[in-house]
Amino acid sequence: MEHTNEMQLIFDSRSSNESFARVTVAAFMTSLNPTVEEVSDVKTAVSEAVTNAIIHGYENEVHSICIRCRTEGKTLYLEVEDTGRGIEDVKQAMEPLFTTKPELDRSGMGFSFMEAFMDRLEVFSAPGKGTTVRMEKTIGKGRRLWTTQSL
Amino acid sequence: MKYQVQENCLTVFLPNELDHHNAEEIRKESDHLIEHNHIRYVIFDFKETNFMDSSGIGVIMGRYKRIYLLGGEMCAVHANERMRKILTMSGVTKIMQIYEEEE
Repeated sequence: MEHTNEMQLIFDSRSSNESFARVTVAAFMTSLNPTVEEVSDVKTAVSEAVTNAIIHGYENEVHSICIRCRTEGKTLYLEVEDTGRGIEDVKQAMEPLFTTKPELDRSGMGFSFMEAFMDRLEVFSAPGKGTTVRMEKTIGKGRRLWTTQSL
Repeated sequence: MKYQVQENCLTVFLPNELDHHNAEEIRKESDHLIEHNHIRYVIFDFKETNFMDSSGIGVIMGRYKRIYLLGGEMCAVHANERMRKILTMSGVTKIMQIYEEEE
């Protein structure tokens, strides 16, 4: 198909790779001609998903995280996958301010940020098997109006 | 990471990118400084900061819990438009004022 492009990135679940992951995805999406704002949105969402995989999925053990990206037309499709411990209750995990690790100063806003900054968010998870976060963002849609509202 | 202690006020000069990776370090170092210097006021300086995710919000909320118990206050300075957006969205502006200029 015309105007599609794909990439896959597999890296160790080290916190130092968080910036590597988001910068790589940001570089990949430049062909969609995004605004600075849109790039920041995607970077934040990638950072949240990768951080979740490191802290919750693998609980700071070093394993692989896989990011799959695809652009089709003006839309960026993004998947962040880990094969870690998985989430028991996805619905609860996605509630704003819910966190299983408050002692580590986790704000519980990871999924809320992904939801706010991307157009679409789906989370697939099975305990013991891992978690896949699937996100989508169409570039150049114009700004949405939620901006300065608190969660 | 850079910090400045003036009497009972701690200024945390945040890095270019505030994510989980460097949030840990800021958390540990600033808590140490708060404990050992009788800190009541914390200023987060965003001058150099261009990226922040929810880990950054976690650092702010965590420090607030301490400072609040000590009867102190926190504020943010030099936050650019993106940082303001993230801070506002997360709701931490309810517990922390954002100032244009450092006082």
